[in-house]
Amino acid sequence: MASVSVPRDGATRGLFRRPVATTGFWSWLTTVDHKKIGILYGVTAFAFFIVGGSEALLIRLQLAQPNQELLSPSVYNEVFTMHGVTMVFLVVMPLSAAFINYLVPLMIGARDVAFPRLNAFSYWAFLAGGIFVYSSWFLGGAPNGGWFGYAPNAVLDPTRGMTFYAIGLLMTGVASTVSAVNLAVTILNMRAPGMTLFRMPVFVWMSLVVQFLLAFSLPVISVALFELLFDKRFGTHFFDAAAGGDPVLWQHLFWLFGHPEVYILVLPAMGIVSEILPVFSRKPLFGYQFVVFSGIAIGFIGFGVWVHHMYAVGLGPIANTAFGISTIIIAVPTGVKIFNWLGTMWKGDLTFPTPMLFSIGFVSMFIIGGLSGVTHSVVPSDYQQTDTYYVVAHFHYVLFGGAIFGLFGGLHYWWPKIFGRRLSETLGKVTFWTMLVGFNLTFGPMHILGLQGMPRRIQTYPAELGLTFYNLVSTIGAFTIATSVLVFLVNVAVTHRKPRGEESDPWDARTLEWLTTSPPPEHNFDEIPTVHALDEAWHRKYAETEGGTVVPVPAGGSGVAAEEEAGHGGGHAIHMPSPSYYPLVASVGLFVLGYGVIFSWLIAAVGAVVMLAGFYGWALEPSAE
Amino acid sequence: MRTRKRWVWPLAGLAVIAAACATNAPQDSLNPQGPYADKIYNLFVPVFWIAVAVFVLVEGLLLVFVIRYRRRKNRPAQMPAQIHGNNRLEIAWTILPALILAGVAVPTVTTIFDLAREPQGNTLEVNVLGHQWWWEFDYPKEGITTANELHIPTGRPVVLTLCSVGLGYEDKPTPSDCQPGPPDGAQPAAIGDGVIHSFWVPELAGTQDVVPGQANTLVIEADHPGRYSGQCKEFCGLSHAYMKFAVVAHSPSDYEAWVRNQQADAVTPDPGSLAATGMDLFLNGQCIACHAIQGLEDANGNPVVANGGPNLTHFASRECFAGCWLPNDHADQLARWLDNPAAVKEGSWMPDYGLTKDEIDALVAYLQSLT
Repeated sequence: MASVSVPRDGATRGLFRRPVATTGFWSWLTTVDHKKIGILYGVTAFAFFIVGGSEALLIRLQLAQPNQELLSPSVYNEVFTMHGVTMVFLVVMPLSAAFINYLVPLMIGARDVAFPRLNAFSYWAFLAGGIFVYSSWFLGGAPNGGWFGYAPNAVLDPTRGMTFYAIGLLMTGVASTVSAVNLAVTILNMRAPGMTLFRMPVFVWMSLVVQFLLAFSLPVISVALFELLFDKRFGTHFFDAAAGGDPVLWQHLFWLFGHPEVYILVLPAMGIVSEILPVFSRKPLFGYQFVVFSGIAIGFIGFGVWVHHMYAVGLGPIANTAFGISTIIIAVPTGVKIFNWLGTMWKGDLTFPTPMLFSIGFVSMFIIGGLSGVTHSVVPSDYQQTDTYYVVAHFHYVLFGGAIFGLFGGLHYWWPKIFGRRLSETLGKVTFWTMLVGFNLTFGPMHILGLQGMPRRIQTYPAELGLTFYNLVSTIGAFTIATSVLVFLVNVAVTHRKPRGEESDPWDARTLEWLTTSPPPEHNFDEIPTVHALDEAWHRKYAETEGGTVVPVPAGGSGVAAEEEAGHGGGHAIHMPSPSYYPLVASVGLFVLGYGVIFSWLIAAVGAVVMLAGFYGWALEPSAE
Repeated sequence: MRTRKRWVWPLAGLAVIAAACATNAPQDSLNPQGPYADKIYNLFVPVFWIAVAVFVLVEGLLLVFVIRYRRRKNRPAQMPAQIHGNNRLEIAWTILPALILAGVAVPTVTTIFDLAREPQGNTLEVNVLGHQWWWEFDYPKEGITTANELHIPTGRPVVLTLCSVGLGYEDKPTPSDCQPGPPDGAQPAAIGDGVIHSFWVPELAGTQDVVPGQANTLVIEADHPGRYSGQCKEFCGLSHAYMKFAVVAHSPSDYEAWVRNQQADAVTPDPGSLAATGMDLFLNGQCIACHAIQGLEDANGNPVVANGGPNLTHFASRECFAGCWLPNDHADQLARWLDNPAAVKEGSWMPDYGLTKDEIDALVAYLQSLT
């Protein structure tokens, strides 16, 4: 009879000795700590932000004047494709993931995510996907069919670029799917005592909605990417009309993912802004439940508007009407949020440190992006604007003026919590104002360019079209944005030469993460806080009298919370998950497998073996030693 | 606060300049020149002003709150009343935008169906074939095939049937060739491997995609004679930016004259002229592998038919060529194109045949004689 023996000695179990380091290089490779993984996500995403931003500058240089030859069409197509792929999949998604990873367990009073090693695997798979796509520059050419990868152009292109695109995005898709399940489980199951769903901070709510959007939309793009991969690599005909396939199938699949994706990109930023505005208005979020429910509504309706990317495809007036109306409907919950943010500032005690500036910038820019978005529901109007720079302007107002402004606000706001040092206010304000001015100079004129007849994705344009002036303005704006990002990097460098020692709650904030030290200990809280109210941290500092006047609670706490927790004893019995090599090993296997699909089945076999070995070792390894 | 206004003035300034600056843009969607473009414009304008009103209101409110409720230096910081919300207010600002949007939806829907209606009566039918990277216009009733310039009469709806074709399609596909292959998949449709293009002439109509395996229709109409700039709008590969075209609207009588000229066979150059040398080169070289010239016969006495390239019968009557990227009024532009097409338009399917300068000169002379 066979028996399974589980060795008791950790040193002999599995392939490797269990890693133990909690500092230094190896600790970062083997960490399962959600905070370290969050920082890895953030640093990686920011590195890609620099790369994707440089690609944007190349695009703007090429278009600064008519008939330029700085970038040939083939290079230009690679650059604009990689700009889009990078900013969507390798910047805004992972930068949001950085915040969600770092903050959600802290905000719900948990010690870590539900599946810490899975969390590490998500990061490494995302990094693998990013490096994989970028390695195509050195292996025969980068993806050149647009981030939207429309078939049959993507299939017919003779280079391997779009094959790299398909496989690389499948890798990042694996990362995001795994992470979606992980974080949804974390939010639903690992909240601190008393943290009911409607005591969760709005950022956590938005994160939860995003995880469901990811879990339901990524399978759709995965199907599309597999079909593209099969068409390119194995000669299938999913999108080949001449062989009975359907090019429009790709568009349906892509946008059925692609539109929820827009909300995946912007909802975390909306959550961030919903945390920051109350703190610097010194008021609770106006209509918390309205904001939460409108976020949920956006999540649902977001799956029913994809054809507004496809009005010109020829689906007929009935389909266009239906999706025009659903697009109108989704504007309502989005508008509600803006009014609730305004309501939060109404009668507040407003101060304007950098996070607040970015949040107000977010609201004011998002209004513009929202309004230009409403014009997309006016279907005939979109017959003119689709595929022009008007659309480019619109979605940059949503994804840069929206998501990036929100994320920069979040960086300035949580920096002292994460690193124990506060970013310089002066440099922060310079960053904000140069970014705001540069952003509007870059993308404001694009509305006009689009209406005046400039199609998207063109490598150049003739002088006769009369588009030169605004293109030049836009290019100047792009370099202004680049300046603001440089100022931010200087700010980071300067700040990290200061000593640590930030207080735990520098902003007089409202949520649980501010109850622990800055930076938080590995186990987050010495005592898991018991939650009695929405904005728990605020209620531990202030009390409202009968007449509505707010009075500070005497130092030492209001008693209730402190007393309950006092009974739990000191932090000696905390069990934290141990570091592990296996998530990294499995991701390396996945990475190699990707090259194998393109170049050689032998390489694929090696990759598969490594990946399976990683999963096998992982399965046999206990979560904590 | 002075600083808050910084982002207001560029936007306001841009809006003003936008209104004033439409004159120099020949591909301007805000300059409708026919009934179909008018319908879209008449919908866009009110929606734009509603958006402007909402913009001013909401951004104004934000600005007022920022100024009004900012912490002042001369007043001690004080915790404001903790207002958690106001259901009545929140319901109001949910319903109010919904009502405004419902108001926008009504004309939107009627215009969608209005634009989709097939025009009745005296229409002109043209098949539009999107190639990588040029446009072919085929007039089935008139028996005309031309490229990159779509000639139409004013005041008459033109029903375009749009079809994407690739290299290797069989001669002159008809719209039925654009339908998907038979269900059993036994017989591939005759369209080759085309990609998606998008037909857009903003001053006359909205956009319609040109999708392989699908015959889309679009109606355009011009009120006045003129030349209207158009461009492929859907990313279609290397030379996407170079896939332009023009719609040339004539008065009905001028249009009839144009039709008669186009229906005629190509001009035969005088024997011994440079153009005649060019014609010989055309017939005996590689040109006839792809290009048709009506009235010309090859060495075996067969008519020269098109196979993937533009019909050149009346090449010199066109004001532009090579996807309307190059003007057709300079011999040196044409010479540059013949010398190495891919150097002008990257990816061009027309090969570089290594023509000598003399051969190029002769071909240019011949092509310029094809009025």
